[in-house]
Amino acid sequence: MSKKSYRQAINEALAQEMRRDPTVIVMGEDNSGGMGAPGEDDAWGGVLGVTKGLMPEFGRERVLDTPITESAFIGAAAGAAATGLRPVAELMFVDFMGVCFDQIYNQAGKFRYMFGGNAVTPLVIRTMYGAGFRAASQHSQCLYPIFTHVPGLKVVIPSSPYEAKGLMIQSIRDDDPVIFFEHKVMYDDEEEVPDEPYTIPFGEANLTREGGDVTVVAIGRMVGFANQVADQLDKDGIGCTVIDPRTTSPLDTDSILESVEETGRLVVVDEASPRCNMATDISALVSQEAFGALKAPIRMVTPPHTPVPFAPELEDLYIPGPDKIEAAVREVVGYGA
Amino acid sequence: MTVDLHAITMPKWGLAMDEGMVVDWHVEEGARLGIGDEVVDIETTKITNALESPAGGILCRRLVAKGETVPVGALLGVIAAGAAEAAEIAAGTAEIDAFIARFEAAFAVAAAEAATETASAPEIVEAAGWRLNYQRAGGNAGESAGSSTTAPIVLVHGFGGDLNTWLFNQPDLAETHAVYALDLPGHGRSGKDVGAGDLAALSGALGAFLDALGIGRAHLVGHSLGGAVALELALGRPEAVASLTLIASAGLGPEINGAYIDGFIAAGRRKEMKAVLQMLFADPQAVGRDMVEEVLRYKRLDGVEAALRGIAGAVFPGGRQGTVLAERLSELAQPVQVIRGREDRILPPAQTEGLPANVAVTMIENAGHMPQMEAAAEVNRLIRKIAG
Amino acid sequence: MLQLNRDTLVDAYTRMRTIRDFEDRIHTEFATGSIPGFVHLYAGEEASAVGVCLNLNDADYIASTHRGHGHCIAKGCDVGGMMKEIYGRRGGLCGGKGGSMHIADLAKGMMGANGIVGGGPPLVCGAALSAKTLKTGGVAVAFVGDGGSNQGTTLESYNLAQVWNLPAIFVVEDNGYAETTASAWAVGGSQTKRAEAFGMPGREVDGHDFFAVYDAAREAVERARAGDGPSLLHVKLDRHYGHFEGDAMAYRAEGEVEALRRDRDCLRAFRTRVTETGLLEPEQLDAIEREVAVLIDAAVAGATSAAAPAAEDLLTDVYASY
Repeated sequence: MSKKSYRQAINEALAQEMRRDPTVIVMGEDNSGGMGAPGEDDAWGGVLGVTKGLMPEFGRERVLDTPITESAFIGAAAGAAATGLRPVAELMFVDFMGVCFDQIYNQAGKFRYMFGGNAVTPLVIRTMYGAGFRAASQHSQCLYPIFTHVPGLKVVIPSSPYEAKGLMIQSIRDDDPVIFFEHKVMYDDEEEVPDEPYTIPFGEANLTREGGDVTVVAIGRMVGFANQVADQLDKDGIGCTVIDPRTTSPLDTDSILESVEETGRLVVVDEASPRCNMATDISALVSQEAFGALKAPIRMVTPPHTPVPFAPELEDLYIPGPDKIEAAVREVVGYGA
Repeated sequence: MTVDLHAITMPKWGLAMDEGMVVDWHVEEGARLGIGDEVVDIETTKITNALESPAGGILCRRLVAKGETVPVGALLGVIAAGAAEAAEIAAGTAEIDAFIARFEAAFAVAAAEAATETASAPEIVEAAGWRLNYQRAGGNAGESAGSSTTAPIVLVHGFGGDLNTWLFNQPDLAETHAVYALDLPGHGRSGKDVGAGDLAALSGALGAFLDALGIGRAHLVGHSLGGAVALELALGRPEAVASLTLIASAGLGPEINGAYIDGFIAAGRRKEMKAVLQMLFADPQAVGRDMVEEVLRYKRLDGVEAALRGIAGAVFPGGRQGTVLAERLSELAQPVQVIRGREDRILPPAQTEGLPANVAVTMIENAGHMPQMEAAAEVNRLIRKIAG
Repeated sequence: MLQLNRDTLVDAYTRMRTIRDFEDRIHTEFATGSIPGFVHLYAGEEASAVGVCLNLNDADYIASTHRGHGHCIAKGCDVGGMMKEIYGRRGGLCGGKGGSMHIADLAKGMMGANGIVGGGPPLVCGAALSAKTLKTGGVAVAFVGDGGSNQGTTLESYNLAQVWNLPAIFVVEDNGYAETTASAWAVGGSQTKRAEAFGMPGREVDGHDFFAVYDAAREAVERARAGDGPSLLHVKLDRHYGHFEGDAMAYRAEGEVEALRRDRDCLRAFRTRVTETGLLEPEQLDAIEREVAVLIDAAVAGATSAAAPAAEDLLTDVYASY
């Protein structure tokens, strides 16, 4: 057990699985870096260093740098997965999905079903998401609702270093295509993480706080904000249960519904753009399945329906921060009073 | 005023605890308390539990409000012990205030000193090929285990547990003894290889642990599987064991709740795990979110499931105890005690009947399979009694 | 001229004949309304699929296009299972859940027909990568049409295969039309020069001539297996039917198809060549034709009598576990 960053936790997961299973390979743009260039090898280890050290340990047969040709190499990862390898391919920024989405949702995601169960596609696509980096509109989106929407894909969104390592190992061992979302702002977050390999099951939410007054479902980076708010409100006698679904596909609907049955109040915090995001999905589910338990309308805390702005002040307004979450919780708690 | 005043202080549950929060008082000011009665619910990062009254008498002051967090050792309330009457207490206000003032002053000094100490951290020892995690508390700092005149206490947890089983016991016992708690092979932070996984292997690991730390003779305290392991060691190396305390221990009869063992191994999700853990306690409410999460985090580690299956297959084959050592207890010359909870749903309380005459038996009412947690004060008293 | 042994020639004719009769029969059956959805027929192009696939074994992979029946049969997939799949019935190669456009059999190295134009080449880079990494000695072949040859995915795949030195072969089956649009207009430059531009060899092949295709494919496959990297075949051929069944082919010249069937039929050319050179007897070929006719009849009978998939099959096999 030792303190590890979100970045180190993912790196360790990759290295440990690559040691354990020779069919696990890593590919992506600059995943080592310096390929064909006169300077250092492993110059970057990935744009934010997540794959550093892998090429020196495992060699270029297992850690492949790619040209900037997402449709070819994400498609190659899909084809390789269907034919005996377990690739972990990097889609550097999820915002780039537009140039390779067919390979993900029409090919990899559908092989098993279209081929009548006669395909196994153990593909992992790692990708960076989220705002707060001042990276502006084409490098700051979340987009996980779009992948969650596609039957055949699994979507994993770890909220901390401990979660990231366990969920990455689980993703690699899983036999379905998994899209693994890494929040670019969280790479330096640290936490005690076991040194040994371990897994965390999909479709099993984590309750990071427990309280009887309101259920707060939060995704990815928003889990930390929700915890902050819960701890603050605890002092005012408002008890929040904070639910981190960990995976939006499969989604642990049971945990969410059970909690709402107890508290009667739901706030969903989702950094993804507000139309058709996870907040809408979860709200609709709860309205349908737990209508009788609700004591207040459901509140969704999301960004506005805009691209992500560049100016720091504007980007900070864009992100659903603790203040907005706290206001939403107080609103549902105070409803009807 | 002729009454004795007793302080109720924030307890230390677990070596890492530095503060706790008052969740709810069970009694009002002026209420009469018996020794051991539940006074106040305390919440720490690990657990919520009821603090038992250290004295019988009237609770004359409640000093910390619901929701407040205070450091370990801080004053929570004052009990006027003995045959105090309400009128006497009202008359003794100044004395009570003075008591509080003296306490706070002494506490501030102690806190300042304590701030320079560091809590003892878990360590790893390599012993005869076993990689064992352990934590030590008490005894003189810097003194090696073998040099003390008092034999140390060694705490051995049960199936699926770890050294944190003893969080209500180790800090308390450490006030008078050197106390070691280890993680058995396959558990906690120890190596996950369990060898044959049988009592011989596990007691071998325990013996190697004692040797590696230079502990020539110890008061062994074992819980559940750990009890059988401790007993196996005591029978094989009696010179190493100064006394033996078996808490809700395996090895005393053939029956065991096989469904618990199977359920514990199989449970991978929060709800399943909670239901399984609730079988351990007389009060199912004792199982909180943190406990469930800690067990799940342990179970998710590579190698743990195989380790647990290995041990279960060797020690509890077919849902029954493979080795019964009850009769052999008579071989032991050193003091032996057996502690069992009346509500134990894992091992039948009846296994405490018909034991050899040299064994002291204590049945604790309202406790299940975890008396060291459910009735910590009583268990600590019994351990202290046998360890001298 | 390449010397092929008798067994290979018999195998070649059998496969080509099977494809032809399979497609002609689907043409007839589709017109009755008994086949759901879209079908895109390969009749006329048989020499390409068979000429290439006879150089492959079960450990090699191919990825096909929406016009996939021919590649599927050439790769050795079960004809009865294929027919059931096209009819959407239980017992189909994909359990009735894929249909004509997604027909596949990974155990035979057939990675599927593909409803997305240009979907195959990246997948084939992946299969080639698997073969290279797992050292199976296998190669992977991507069939694309002249339409698919312009897709970004196809061109990116040429680049990736070259840069990663993959055992991949790209076969551009140029039948002159991408749906209704002539390749002469839509394809900028030359297919073979495109390959060369990416650093790999490209070869023009007459797709009406089984022997020419077989020879060119053998060279490409041997090159890939030897670890010398990818190459491209530009196979010029003709389809006898429309883009899909139901296409009246108004964009083709008067009498164009009739002339092709009469003068440029790859099956007739094969028969002529092997009988005139005495490699095979006409009776052997006739016997093959009779067998194939029986096989196709049985396949149709099997498909039309098979049950629809069970209602529960709607929900199965979305994931390996969920």
